[in-house]
Amino acid sequence: MTFAQTVSTKRKLSSRNRADTAFKMLGRGALLLAFCSLLALAIAIFSRTLPALTHHQITLDVAFEPDAFDYQTSAPSGTDASYRLIYANYGQIVGRSLEKAFPEIVDPAEKRALRRLVSPTARMQLRDRVLANPSWIGTKQRVALYVSKGAENILDANEETVDPQLTLWLTQLQDRRALSTTFKSTLFTRGDSREPESAGLLAALVGSLLTIAVSVAISFPVGLLSAVYLEQFATRSRLTDIIEVNINNLAAVPSILFGLLGLAVFINVFHMPRSSPLVGGLTLSLMMLPTIIIASRAALSAVPNALKAGALAVGASPVQAIFHHVVPQAMPGIITGTLLAIAQALGETAPLLLLGMVAFIVDLPSEFTDAATALPVQIYMWAESPETAFSNNAAAAVVVLLCLLLALNSLAMILRSRFQKRI
Amino acid sequence: MNVDPSNALMRDAEAASAEGIPPKMVARSVNVHYGATHALKDVSLDIQGYEVTALIGPSGCGKSTVLRCFNRMNEMFENTQTSGQVTIDGMDIYARDIDVVALRARVGMVFQRPNPFPKSIFDNIAYGPRIHGLAETKEDLEQIVEASLQRAGLWDEVKDRLKQSGTALSDGQQQRLCIARAIAVQPEVILMDEPCSALDPIATGKIEELIEELRTGFTIVIVTHSMQQAARVSQRTAFISRGELGEYGPTVEMFTKPRHERTKDYIMGRYG
Repeated sequence: MTFAQTVSTKRKLSSRNRADTAFKMLGRGALLLAFCSLLALAIAIFSRTLPALTHHQITLDVAFEPDAFDYQTSAPSGTDASYRLIYANYGQIVGRSLEKAFPEIVDPAEKRALRRLVSPTARMQLRDRVLANPSWIGTKQRVALYVSKGAENILDANEETVDPQLTLWLTQLQDRRALSTTFKSTLFTRGDSREPESAGLLAALVGSLLTIAVSVAISFPVGLLSAVYLEQFATRSRLTDIIEVNINNLAAVPSILFGLLGLAVFINVFHMPRSSPLVGGLTLSLMMLPTIIIASRAALSAVPNALKAGALAVGASPVQAIFHHVVPQAMPGIITGTLLAIAQALGETAPLLLLGMVAFIVDLPSEFTDAATALPVQIYMWAESPETAFSNNAAAAVVVLLCLLLALNSLAMILRSRFQKRI
Repeated sequence: MNVDPSNALMRDAEAASAEGIPPKMVARSVNVHYGATHALKDVSLDIQGYEVTALIGPSGCGKSTVLRCFNRMNEMFENTQTSGQVTIDGMDIYARDIDVVALRARVGMVFQRPNPFPKSIFDNIAYGPRIHGLAETKEDLEQIVEASLQRAGLWDEVKDRLKQSGTALSDGQQQRLCIARAIAVQPEVILMDEPCSALDPIATGKIEELIEELRTGFTIVIVTHSMQQAARVSQRTAFISRGELGEYGPTVEMFTKPRHERTKDYIMGRYG
């Protein structure tokens, strides 16, 4: 009888196999659970994104009667002809068009209530159209106008108080096929606003990009060079041990403490402008440094020593050996680490709140010292708002943030493959 | 007969100079410490020019350390201390004013495992001449690359694919590429640290032929595990054991009538 055939060995063998199977099932269960939660999250976000990305419009027959354009007769001297077009009584035009659309309504109070169907921005819409086509004056045109916030809430089935009158009118309009949906580009072309329908995330996006640009410009070179020095030049001593422990600890420090540090040092001591991408970027770069240093050191130490020895043996100086051979070889790992740090910084909210980047930004920041906010902070502000339309905007901003991260990852993949191809 | 060991060692070390030609490199009372480990104890060795000197000995005896003393590569390791004197053409290479970079241009090295740079074949060879400014024009550089590859017997195999990565070659070709890389800097001495230990017999044969050819232009010091290889390629052999120079002399004498019992035991394969 061989060893494998003894009873106790067989029993042990089958219990080992059972343990294997159990572990596999456990792993699959965990994966399934993770996948389901991810799916639930994606559904929750995307179902709210759609309303934020669309505008409902009412198509109306609009009569541009000349009397509306003589509303302000005395134009100040020195103004050009477009003054008449700009200051025309568009509110009146909108009101009359609505009344014509609902001829059965006679009660003056109800007539006024009709105006609640369209957005206050409808007047601007009309003005822009007339400025583009001055020949419209005196004619009748079919124009699509944005619906009001209240109507938008009803159409998107948001959980807000519903005006029964508006609901009735909207159903009538729907029956006449006068309602349409368009892509809301304002979300991507405007800064923040008090009105959810004209609020955009471009200002926050630009703020985020400026902030990240500052932080990468600082933390990548500093982190890479620190890692190179610690890994390749510094001799191991008590001091380098202390530095290493501290870097590892810094990576685990809650980000809000970095915000406090930034507030104390950059704003209070150096008097840099509050709320600016410069201060945000500097603070985030401090947060990114440990991640970049740790990842870069790991990548550098994984490069075989033989490569450096080969370069030294043909007479390269240590700096040449490291920067011509070791660093390029470690580059894919360094890029991965840097990207990880960027992704982390891109999603960071807490330190930016302390630095005043939680501002209401309407205009796009164009300089590093302009007041700005960042995408995650914008999401935080919108999500906090009691209006459902704003939290829909927040969901859309989350999707934009995810797309940004996806783009960053693809960029890193391209860079990595380029470095590997060169090798 | 009882011989004073220090006298015997001195005689061994100077075995070469007896012929009247001054040695190319000389090591005198070299001690190397790696941290607390005393790796080399009082080693004195003369390396004769345009000859192949083989260093043999059991694993961990310090023969690679001896080799690395000649181009100061031991300094790559932390906490290394070297004392004693090593000279090349009479110049002390551990002197304060010696530039290690310039020294390594004179004393090239080939390693145990082929370690081509992860760059093209051309760039592998061109790297050394570039950093030392040996070529003024692109044509000069191309000429150096071709000449080095010719010398290493690799030109015919790679001339059509100089742009390809050096790491894509076979192990034997990679090792010859590393030799060509060392030659390209036009050194006077080439140190080889077990250059064939990672290669198959055919590739090993080619490298050995190459070493024989290179002897006409370079001084070669080779560390080897294989006694047969030492016997085939070298003119002089040093036996190193436990960090000390056990015996040094012409290869033929060493393998036919070793003077020390320990050398004899090692050569006969009784230990090591």
